[in-house]
Amino acid sequence: MIRFECGLARPAFTLDAAFSAGLGITALFGPSGSGKSTIIRLVAGLEKPDRGCITIGERRFVDSSAGIFLKPWQRRAAMVFQDSQLFPHLTVRQNLDYGRRLTPIPERRIAPEAVIEILGIGALMARNPVTLSGGERQRVAIGRALLASPRVLLMDEPLASLDADRRLDILPFIERLRDEFSIPILYVSHAIEEVARLAATVVRIDQGRVTSVGSPAEVMTGNALDRPGERFSRLSILNGTFARYLPEYGVSVIAHPAGDIIVAGQTRANGPVRIAIQATNVTLAIGRPTNISVRTALQGQITGLETDDGPFAHVTIALAGGDRLEAFATRLAIDKLGLDVGDEITALVKAVAIDEKGVPGLSGGRLQS
Amino acid sequence: MHLSLRVATVGTLAILPLAVAVGWLLARVEFRGKVVLDALVHLPLVVPPVVTGYALLLLFGRRGVFGGALAEVGIVFSFRWTGAALAAAIMGFPLMVRAIRLSIEAIDARLEQAASTLGARPLFVFATVTLPLAWPGILAGAVLCFAKALGEFGATITFVSSIPGETRTIPAAIYGYVQTPGADDGAWRLSLVAVGISIAALAFSEWLSRRMREART
Repeated sequence: MIRFECGLARPAFTLDAAFSAGLGITALFGPSGSGKSTIIRLVAGLEKPDRGCITIGERRFVDSSAGIFLKPWQRRAAMVFQDSQLFPHLTVRQNLDYGRRLTPIPERRIAPEAVIEILGIGALMARNPVTLSGGERQRVAIGRALLASPRVLLMDEPLASLDADRRLDILPFIERLRDEFSIPILYVSHAIEEVARLAATVVRIDQGRVTSVGSPAEVMTGNALDRPGERFSRLSILNGTFARYLPEYGVSVIAHPAGDIIVAGQTRANGPVRIAIQATNVTLAIGRPTNISVRTALQGQITGLETDDGPFAHVTIALAGGDRLEAFATRLAIDKLGLDVGDEITALVKAVAIDEKGVPGLSGGRLQS
Repeated sequence: MHLSLRVATVGTLAILPLAVAVGWLLARVEFRGKVVLDALVHLPLVVPPVVTGYALLLLFGRRGVFGGALAEVGIVFSFRWTGAALAAAIMGFPLMVRAIRLSIEAIDARLEQAASTLGARPLFVFATVTLPLAWPGILAGAVLCFAKALGEFGATITFVSSIPGETRTIPAAIYGYVQTPGADDGAWRLSLVAVGISIAALAFSEWLSRRMREART
């Protein structure tokens, strides 16, 4: 359980944010400069708030009214930085041991063997950090933080310094440690797919303030015509089940009550799959069009139609099975088709427009041995 | 020559811990009066050495501000080789602090922050992260200080004069030979020795830093 409520005034920046979150990953999501990193540094104790209160579980890190401000080393709020910050004069093994040896023995809840196995870093132990690749380095940094048996794990854009392929490699590791160790994780990111895939709770931050808190589906959707760029950050999350993989085409079929969804790549695990679909990638059709390249056609009913004087219409669709799908179309198209709330509609989604980064367990667009 | 080496070595080693502390303070801590401390450290570099020597005489001379009290506990600087070591240390101090400060500033502060979020107290962070990473700079600073100490003349001769076997360091001896008609041979010989030692010290520091770089990659 994380409770955060802090105020901080700097010459060019003011933070006034409050949120609380439970177990699992809490994503701090927002544009750069919005204050995400400041929040995480406040939790780590690397910044001191003007006023406020930070509680992790039973432990009060900060309570300005009671004059409490724990030093970073008293908190054990281990931090994973964007660029790993491994100790260059120590080996991988010594890096991993650094925090563990500083943890009192009764509080060492996390077994090194499990962490090394999950992160797949067993073969790197004797290496010097400078010789590691970016992805390996980041995995070691995550392991080092975990082995300090932290009360909360803080990850500040841990994947931002990696290219897209490496990012895809590391996401499954983060999912496994989320599922296997019961440590609350605060995760800073501005990548919408990462957030949709990992987070139990999303805290959306803008200009030092919390604008919304909730599940990814709740926070990533909502009222949308106010700002012109907003349509690009709109995302719907659909819950499907892995059905089959077509090796000859390199695509997977995800079963959904509203219709099959085709995504690129192969899922490693069977079972439930969350798929993030950007609202700008949805095409609306009346009836089921044939002779069209798009294979994913989802049946639903329009439940919301929002327009203003601008060029766009924001459409909300209740899909068969209950998931909510958002779409943007031009106001012109809506008028020509004569669409209105209550109409049955087919939502078409191009498979190539679904980012496989947002799909758990997908191993990427290409076949991997 | 033995005397010169002893003076320079003892002076350098004695001032090293203070230089590390001041270098770290200037690199990492924000406090009031930082500018003043910075200026104070650099003072021996810009003030005429004779003035520094005179100041040492006033402070640590037998009737100086601290000299009297120190003499009572058996520490005497004036007109002893220890005084020459003190003068050498003070003159080399700015160079040493500068090298150490730069090498600490070159370390990403987030490395130290990472260590502290892993549960390390500041002193432990300093010993296990800052010090090992700043090591090449500290050594380079020490070698610079040593070389400066070997060549120090003005402050030394003002503070402790040039007493054969006690405070007559190589530069003082060379000066003595130059002042004596017909002693050019001695001046030549000692100058060569001084140049030799300086080159050896520089080569040693270069070798050390190269080894450090190789060990790092």
